[in-house]
Amino acid sequence: MTLPKSHNYDPRHVFDVMVIGSGISGMAASLFSVNRKLSTVQAGSAGGTLFTSGLLDLIGVYPLEEKRLWKNPWEALDAMRADGSQHPYTRLGNNRISDAFNELIEFLGSVGMRFRCGGDHNLEVITSMGTVKDTYCVPESMWHCVDAYEEKAPCLFVDFRGLKEFSARQISSALRSEWPATRTLRVAFPGTEGRNEVHAAHLARALEMAGVREALTEAIRPEIGDARYVGFPAVLGIKRTPAIIEHLGKLLGVPVFEIPMMPASVPGFRLKELFDTELPRRGLLRLIDKRVESVNRTDNGNFLLAIGGNDETVLIQARAVVLATGRFMGKGLISDRKGIYEPIFNLPLHQPEGRLAWHHKEFLHPGGHPVNRAGVEVDDCFRPVDAGGTVVHENLFAAGSILAHQDWMRMKCGSGLAIATAYAAVNACIDTLKKKDGEIG
Amino acid sequence: MHAYRYGSVTVQTQVLIIGGGATGTAIARDLALRGVRCILVEKSDLNAGASGGNHGLLHSGGRYVSNDQEAARECKEEGDIIKRLMPQCVEDTGGIFVAIEGDDERFIAEYPAYCSRCGVPCEQITPEEACFLEPTLSEKVIAAYKVEDASIDPFKLTLLNMTQAVSLGSRLLRRTKVIRFDIHDRRIDRVLVRNVDSGDEYYIEAEQVVNAAGAWAGQVSGLAGIDIPMNYSKGTLLVTNDRINYRVINRLRRPSDADILVPGGTVSIIGTTSVPVEDPDRIYPTVEETDLIVREGAEMVPVLERSRFVRAYCGVRPLFGKGGGDGRTVSRGFALLDHSHEDVDNFTTITGGKLTTFRLMAERTADMVCNKMGVAEPCRTRSEPLPEIDDCRWTEPGISPKQWMRSHESDDIVICECEMVTKSAIDEIRASLKANNEKPGLVDICMRTRLGRGACQGAFCGPRALAYLYESGEYHGQDGLIDIGRFYQERWKGIHSILWGDQLIQAELMESIHCGLFDEELYTPEA
Repeated sequence: MTLPKSHNYDPRHVFDVMVIGSGISGMAASLFSVNRKLSTVQAGSAGGTLFTSGLLDLIGVYPLEEKRLWKNPWEALDAMRADGSQHPYTRLGNNRISDAFNELIEFLGSVGMRFRCGGDHNLEVITSMGTVKDTYCVPESMWHCVDAYEEKAPCLFVDFRGLKEFSARQISSALRSEWPATRTLRVAFPGTEGRNEVHAAHLARALEMAGVREALTEAIRPEIGDARYVGFPAVLGIKRTPAIIEHLGKLLGVPVFEIPMMPASVPGFRLKELFDTELPRRGLLRLIDKRVESVNRTDNGNFLLAIGGNDETVLIQARAVVLATGRFMGKGLISDRKGIYEPIFNLPLHQPEGRLAWHHKEFLHPGGHPVNRAGVEVDDCFRPVDAGGTVVHENLFAAGSILAHQDWMRMKCGSGLAIATAYAAVNACIDTLKKKDGEIG
Repeated sequence: MHAYRYGSVTVQTQVLIIGGGATGTAIARDLALRGVRCILVEKSDLNAGASGGNHGLLHSGGRYVSNDQEAARECKEEGDIIKRLMPQCVEDTGGIFVAIEGDDERFIAEYPAYCSRCGVPCEQITPEEACFLEPTLSEKVIAAYKVEDASIDPFKLTLLNMTQAVSLGSRLLRRTKVIRFDIHDRRIDRVLVRNVDSGDEYYIEAEQVVNAAGAWAGQVSGLAGIDIPMNYSKGTLLVTNDRINYRVINRLRRPSDADILVPGGTVSIIGTTSVPVEDPDRIYPTVEETDLIVREGAEMVPVLERSRFVRAYCGVRPLFGKGGGDGRTVSRGFALLDHSHEDVDNFTTITGGKLTTFRLMAERTADMVCNKMGVAEPCRTRSEPLPEIDDCRWTEPGISPKQWMRSHESDDIVICECEMVTKSAIDEIRASLKANNEKPGLVDICMRTRLGRGACQGAFCGPRALAYLYESGEYHGQDGLIDIGRFYQERWKGIHSILWGDQLIQAELMESIHCGLFDEELYTPEA
């Protein structure tokens, strides 16, 4: 679907779906929508994808208070349903959640970013903090990390002088008791000798060049010793990461992997680049760095959205909206001393009685902070509802972390929540649009 | 402290001072200047009590003219001395008292008379002039007076006082708690102390023992079987992200909640509350208090309702005597107690008081101690300037960037980008902690630099500092993962009551990284 630019912004042109938000859930919703041949427009600022690690979590911890970890994430979801949890996952069967993941991963694989899923069990990867993280889907660049950790194989962690947030020694030291066979090496990244500070994005770009990879491995090769794997900070290229990893492995003679690190992360940037370039190719109209300023409804129930950017405001008419604006960071939710609000549709929210009950006195309180469970409540079609359960708008859907009754940061369900609820919201959206077509017809 | 083992080692000194706040450290300096050597023991850290948990306000006296004339006079006199002899700790902002529509007109009219009775200078100005001087003032100002308030950096003050005492031969023992007094024949023979980190215990023998433990003075005197009537009043304060006033702004009414806004460096501080508490060790700012402070403060300076607050903190006022009510009715004057009246001749307690009169409290205490020891040297802190040194320059907001811009060497690395704390600054702190046989951790470094106190609240600089400490060999195994949890808890104490708007976004970012991404909460031992 290619439209002349002037036509795009003609408010008389009616899109099927407007997706608001450009984090994982907004991107997934856009993908699912264009895959279903809906004419789709998406708006949002730079996007939460930059803050993702590159790993796609499904669920890790439940119930929070017990800090219970699950080998099989599907069993955790079953337990959640059996307990009567109100988590958005409980509105979906495991099959639908799995289908959602598969559709997204298939897309990413088809455009060069392959993922490995554990299927019926979570995979373990190490992080730059020196922690071990359970996750569901691991990008190709980190596959060997899963193997190396599982085997507890002799491994060399390499870091770069001036990359302040990544210490190989920290990782090795923190993992020492469970994975003793690791060593560390600090090298100057080629071309940064004498510099105090280097930045992940610059290193990633430099590694796109074969000469840089050769120079880098020169310095590392003599130190390989008995190591069967080499782990690097997650900076191994941006556009051609699989080829770069393979090349590095060839040069070093052992497989290499990336270790996820602090945001803004390079794997997150890769994901954003893929969505940014590939989704428009599939027909998505992207309004980059644009925010929804106001919403009205036309007489026939369509939404008329004023989208503002740096210079101009455009009007978009859409038959349905998927709201995937995230929480406070994404400005999907805003707050003041007196309460929490949803700023675009002024949706009713589930939230604690008052600010007194928002946070615990301990930052790392095992139960998680009650404010994190505040958000938009939905029906089984993922349409926002009020406290009485009444649907707010027939053609408004919500997905991702804006939803109530979840604590993605503690349950480790951020990506899965984003993907699965975007999937459910878009599918429900199609049903609604069909019904409307039927009424008109 | 490996040299000291339980019961086997005894350290000797002339005077043992208990408590490392403004008063204790000033006593150490005062005595050192008279040629008396001291050991100062502090169970936690310098300024961990009320000396660190206050406005940083050098009172003109104007606050007390109506209800505590003696305190007002002392403030005036001491304020002048501090401005003259310790100018490096003072920002001489001036101050202003303003009344708002509905405030007590009679009190407003009588205010100049209250001031002149105490010798506190005050100049009436029109509400228009007041709003011209302080554009953020409410349009509802109906009366205003200029006074000589200033802001003061209590951390720098304490560090400089202690540093001079140390340079003259006295010692500071941080994280050292008094466990027991051995008393015979009306004298404390020796004092058993414990290093709270290592658990090592040893004795200190001193000719005189001074209890300058502030809110903990009653606990310390209790070890000698002496009851000091104390009550505790918690005061909470909020720090704004930007400085919003030039001068100290006081509400012109009898002392109440949230009626002083003190500027300092790049921020402003609004407070306080006054809440009676039972236990000075268990205090934290509450959501109710921060709501009250914002609401009340906004009557005077409306922009407070829309300001971003970066931190909330509180202190316990040690109030001498069994007062009732909210603690504001108890005198803010100090109490110097000679315990020879309770049959312990070489034991003295100084408590109560306020930051502005810390030097005077130290002088009176040192006079009493010297008198008991037969030392005839006079006090010199009334006339000698407080020397400047470099060691504590990293605590001042804004100075770290200045220092960095001026003198950073080519191999220095910025660890904290909000506050420009460098690797070399961290190295300095590490070296000084190690010189004191202490293990440098994130929390200690945070306390001595501005690390983690800027806009990111440690979300980004915490991991960088952690990585650096692992690299330097300060952390092994999972020590660092546990310690970063402590570091965030320290930061959290200061923000958990002010999490709305931008500050809530920042907190969510911090949690998304450290819990969402790194799973750090799964590595923290249960409290």
